[in-house]
Amino acid sequence: MLETLQNLYLGFSVALSPVVLLYAFVGCIIGTLVGVLPGVGPLAGISLLLPVSFGLDATSAVVLLAGIYYGAMYGGSTTSILMRIPGEAASVMTCIDGYAMTRKGRGGPALAIAAVGSYIAGTASVVGLMFLAPPLARFALRFGPPEYFALLVLGLLVLAFMSGGSMRKSLSMAALGLLFGMIGIDPMTGFFRFHYGLVELGDGIGVVPVAVGLFGLSEILLTAGQEKPPEVIKPRLRELLPSRQEWRDSTWPIARGTLLGFLIGIIPGSAHIISSFVSYAVERRLSKHPERFGQGAVEGVAGPESANNSATSGAFVPMLALGVPSGPIPAVMLAAMMVHGISPGPLLIQQQPELFWGFIASMYVGNVVLLILNLPLVGLFVNVLRIPYALLYPAILVFCVLGVYAVNGSVVDVGIMSAMGALGYGLRKFDFETAPIVLGLVLAPMIEMSFRQSLSMSSGSYAIFFHRPISLVLLLVALGFILLSLRTLFTRVAEWRRKLGLEGEGEIKEPGKI
Amino acid sequence: MLTTDRISGAVLVLFASGVIWESRSLPLGSLRQPGPAYMPVLLALILLVFGLLIAGAGGRAAPLASISRREWRHAAAILVVSVFAALGMERLGYRLTVLMMLVFLLKCVERRSWALTITLALAIAFGSFYLFYTLLRVPLPIGPMGI
Repeated sequence: MLETLQNLYLGFSVALSPVVLLYAFVGCIIGTLVGVLPGVGPLAGISLLLPVSFGLDATSAVVLLAGIYYGAMYGGSTTSILMRIPGEAASVMTCIDGYAMTRKGRGGPALAIAAVGSYIAGTASVVGLMFLAPPLARFALRFGPPEYFALLVLGLLVLAFMSGGSMRKSLSMAALGLLFGMIGIDPMTGFFRFHYGLVELGDGIGVVPVAVGLFGLSEILLTAGQEKPPEVIKPRLRELLPSRQEWRDSTWPIARGTLLGFLIGIIPGSAHIISSFVSYAVERRLSKHPERFGQGAVEGVAGPESANNSATSGAFVPMLALGVPSGPIPAVMLAAMMVHGISPGPLLIQQQPELFWGFIASMYVGNVVLLILNLPLVGLFVNVLRIPYALLYPAILVFCVLGVYAVNGSVVDVGIMSAMGALGYGLRKFDFETAPIVLGLVLAPMIEMSFRQSLSMSSGSYAIFFHRPISLVLLLVALGFILLSLRTLFTRVAEWRRKLGLEGEGEIKEPGKI
Repeated sequence: MLTTDRISGAVLVLFASGVIWESRSLPLGSLRQPGPAYMPVLLALILLVFGLLIAGAGGRAAPLASISRREWRHAAAILVVSVFAALGMERLGYRLTVLMMLVFLLKCVERRSWALTITLALAIAFGSFYLFYTLLRVPLPIGPMGI
């Protein structure tokens, strides 16, 4: 403990040096600006600006890139809250209640809660990273394909169980998303599935065109033609900050989101994406008023935003402690570190303590910088809503097209976005939730890969899922959720039988009791 | 009676059947060694079951006629513009495509004045190009005559 604090002191002496502080600040500003542009998310932002860091010393370069990462993650929530355009999969859940709050004139408080939630989650998870990095990373490495498959199946079931709407509809949308994820080259055999002559589909359908189409474009399609256009919201200064009730309602969701995000973030693979989905589902389930979700519940912004940011720090655990990147963004960061002659792994902490602890301390500093930067910017961003919708939506459409095109430089992605916009429009008319489609699409390649790898490991025996303790526990919990969801079915059947007089004959019913 | 759930359930069943039909050209593999069609067929079967359940239990859902269709003309116009962007961007270049999209939406759909339409369309088309292409170095397509 004392040693950790001493190390942290060393880290802060590095992070608070004027030059490093300046790079943290510059990184956060660039990240926020990049993140606000739809489609250009943290991965594109870091990749674009990676060459800029080559001329810097190792610590400054890593701090700059981490700042861009944090800033872009937060910037992505701004477009989600104000325009319902998720820049990436992690912001999808923020769209739902964040945008509903904006429509009610509470866009400012939603942005402020997102900023504060991100700050708290980011800082708390850095504390976790500091104390728990080595043991947690060792545990995370015990996740092989069978454990991963069990975790992803459990994740999908938890979400379906906890979603507020019809479970049948949620699961059908998740299955639809998983099916979309099957498009492209099969990584195990090389077969090109469902391509219809489009070579661009080789890598599958991207998450950004699907998310922007299902959320951003479908919203424009539904709203632009309404007889009564959305009101022009003129936010007043005092309405930019959350009310006391909103603060109270956000406290526990932020705490739960932080913990969930951190735990999910450390698992190698892109599992951290599901942290915001799981957090939203948990908050809706735990809420005394679940009907408020989707209508502008502040908990629906606080939880997923905190989980998203906490997972961001969690994702650095395996990268720093073991040199194993847990997703594409830590992989680019790892590459950046290697360019500077640093090889992350267990020896990094011993050999270059000033870099490791400087990075940890710069995360604290980065979170403070983001908060200082973003709270005053809330007022600036909210002013976008003063523009009449008839003038605003053509501009939003252009940015959707531009952002989606910029990801891969492919017009096929713009076509996919249009198709998904039409699909999202239809689904929302028919009262289906579209978020499970995005989740299914993200998880599909991972589920299929881990399932088939597990079977290859066991020469085709399904027993591998039950012989390994972590996988067994996860599958038992999943079974528990299935049984819990069937409970309502059994209750309904029993009720139906009672109505028909098939059960309860001869029983003396108490008055007023069914 | 035709209800929203019956129709949507039927569409899901049709889609799932289509996926199963399309998967026939790929090797299915076996239970012990799944092939490339295994997962799509399995997922399509799951979707088919859910589609049947939704359609089967959809008798009490809202009637189809209750769905509002007032904004469909607007929605169709925006969707056409979006498809135009996909088809035109690499042929006409980014700036020209965006300019045409905005002129159509602002003048023909929203019936704004020519002055406002032209000013906004030029500012957004050329401003966003400068920001992304010149400053952020995002590769955007250039059209005929370098526009």
